Amino acid sequence: MALQTLEVSELGEILAALAQRGYRLLAPTIRDGAIVYDEIDSHQDLPIGWTDEQEAGSYRLLRREDEAVFGYVVGPHSWKRYLHPPALTLWRAERSEEQGFTINEERAEADKVAFIGVRACELHAIGIQDRVFLQGEHVDSHYRARRENAFVLAVNCSQAGGTCFCVSMNTGPKVNEGFDLSLTEVLVENRHFFTVEVGSDLGAEVLDEVASREATAAECQEADRSVQNAVEQMGRSLDTEGLKELLYDNLEHPRWLEVADRCLTCGNCTMVCPTCFCTTVEDVTDLGGESAERRRLWDSCFTTEFSYLHVRPRVTISLPLTLSPGGSVRSSSASRYRQWLTHKFGTWFDQFGTSGCVGCGRCITWCPVGIDVVEELNAIRHTPGSGASERGE
Amino acid sequence: MALPPNPAFTAPHVNDPMVPQPYRIAGRREENYDTFTLELVPLGDEEPHGFRPGQFNMLYLFGIGEVPISISGDPARPELLAHTVRALGTVTTAMKELKVGDVVGLRGPYGSSWPFEALQRQDVIIVAGGIGLAPLRPLIHHLLSERRRYGRLVLLYGARTPGDLLFQKQLAKWDEKTALEVHLTVDRGTVAWRGNVGVVTTLIPRVQFDVSHASAVICGPEIMMRYSALELEKRGMARDQIYVSQERNMKCAVGFCGHCQFGPHFVCKDGPVFPFSLVAPLMKVREV
Repeated sequence: MALQTLEVSELGEILAALAQRGYRLLAPTIRDGAIVYDEIDSHQDLPIGWTDEQEAGSYRLLRREDEAVFGYVVGPHSWKRYLHPPALTLWRAERSEEQGFTINEERAEADKVAFIGVRACELHAIGIQDRVFLQGEHVDSHYRARRENAFVLAVNCSQAGGTCFCVSMNTGPKVNEGFDLSLTEVLVENRHFFTVEVGSDLGAEVLDEVASREATAAECQEADRSVQNAVEQMGRSLDTEGLKELLYDNLEHPRWLEVADRCLTCGNCTMVCPTCFCTTVEDVTDLGGESAERRRLWDSCFTTEFSYLHVRPRVTISLPLTLSPGGSVRSSSASRYRQWLTHKFGTWFDQFGTSGCVGCGRCITWCPVGIDVVEELNAIRHTPGSGASERGE
Repeated sequence: MALPPNPAFTAPHVNDPMVPQPYRIAGRREENYDTFTLELVPLGDEEPHGFRPGQFNMLYLFGIGEVPISISGDPARPELLAHTVRALGTVTTAMKELKVGDVVGLRGPYGSSWPFEALQRQDVIIVAGGIGLAPLRPLIHHLLSERRRYGRLVLLYGARTPGDLLFQKQLAKWDEKTALEVHLTVDRGTVAWRGNVGVVTTLIPRVQFDVSHASAVICGPEIMMRYSALELEKRGMARDQIYVSQERNMKCAVGFCGHCQFGPHFVCKDGPVFPFSLVAPLMKVREV
């Protein structure tokens, strides 16, 4: 289907058509001075006329001089909060007379939701989490149910944020697959419109309910220019050549100690990252001890509990009995930062056949001390080998 | 774009890998002051899951929590799943109070196994430290059940004190009757102890094996596994003939929670048993 054109006023009709089909509308909206994803009632709730300014450790919303609907980039939220929620009850159990307890599974069910304004980097992030939860020997049925019920209305970025580097990661700024409908917003002189690309049959059906028309050659050109604008504005660039090997060869690089001096190990980077998937579980009971449930919660490799073992790896069996052998495998901040960065840009390839980074820049923006992954990787690249290679004994 | 629905996953009560099944404690034995063995049978009518030596299960204690525990019993008798547990944390300490007839949750078995097929016609050196003997015991059962397929079988087992040594009667019986040579050592002896004193690696130089046809399987504290492996290499054993069983924090056992990562490896699904050749470089680095 050829590219279509929608007037700005018609976006509301698309959203209404989705709502009509029973979709909850999840979209960017403004809360607490940031653009977050939440349920909206209509297109009026979108951050129309707002933009954001991002740098390492800094985020600010600003008024635009126009009425752009998607004139900002990504905020602290990502779609993983809906597909892989921060807290989820996995099952409940009741104490029972004959057999101790019985377990009642939580049914893996999900509402129909429409993700409005999904960026190219975020679609790639969803693709990466698909590999984690759907493509191994075991399948996460909760993730699966949510994924099956999500409609994706994507948006091509027409500007880039100060911490964006999707071009380096080859994940944007234009979406190329995995969407139902994709919009490009064009604001030129006296015109404000969207071009619409159809990515699925369902997307075509939804678009059919709205009075769109085929885009003219001029409109297509304007849309291309709009995306090209984002490419040119890219806030950062990262040399990804041989990153995995670089990291594997530099596990003992002095830069890990240097960055650890600044890192607060707060875990913000892992919380805002759209691909970080780690979780912990929590077993809770009621006061009477008659019912129990297991909850799954987002976790971060920056905590010391994350790698806690009752006997640490380097404790020998000759430790005095009075001394607790337990502790964290990664007790230093340097080792925890190394774990995160090496996983994201290195070991992820061996585990899932892809980088774990999509270049969205969230971890840079939301780091309270402004640690920049691009800068850290470059620092290691520019002084490689100062940590002995760990190949061979 | 939404994924196409897959009826296998949207059906109610899908076989969720995170949901434990109830098992009853059919047998319970004190092994020493902090270690005990629980024998579990499924509560329902379902056939017991078989398991391969070296694999583990996730055991759940109602309202308390879940822990990964290696299966320590005979793989030829999967209907009685033995788990040898050391009371160290909240869950395992609470498990110590369990009695025959009590019910626990179980999911598994998970993980890789000792490479018993690759061990055929080889001399097999089994090196265990402390509770590390538990995940090796199913392998010993298996090797002894087909004794003639293997060459010399040697167990080197070290513990902190004589009181920490597990399965002592069984070891004595195996040593006498089945041509499994057992060498014990402790870090600190007692007045009554007449055996070796010193870490388990000190036993390695004395063991006899045919270097060209020998393998080793090692389980114990990480540092003990590394030095044992290096000691075996000094004796001429090839690095890829040595296998170790890794331990990391683990919440899900199916590759979702991320806790058990060890470099590029998920200990839960790629391990716990790894060829030493694969993990030796990482074992050298601190805090991986």
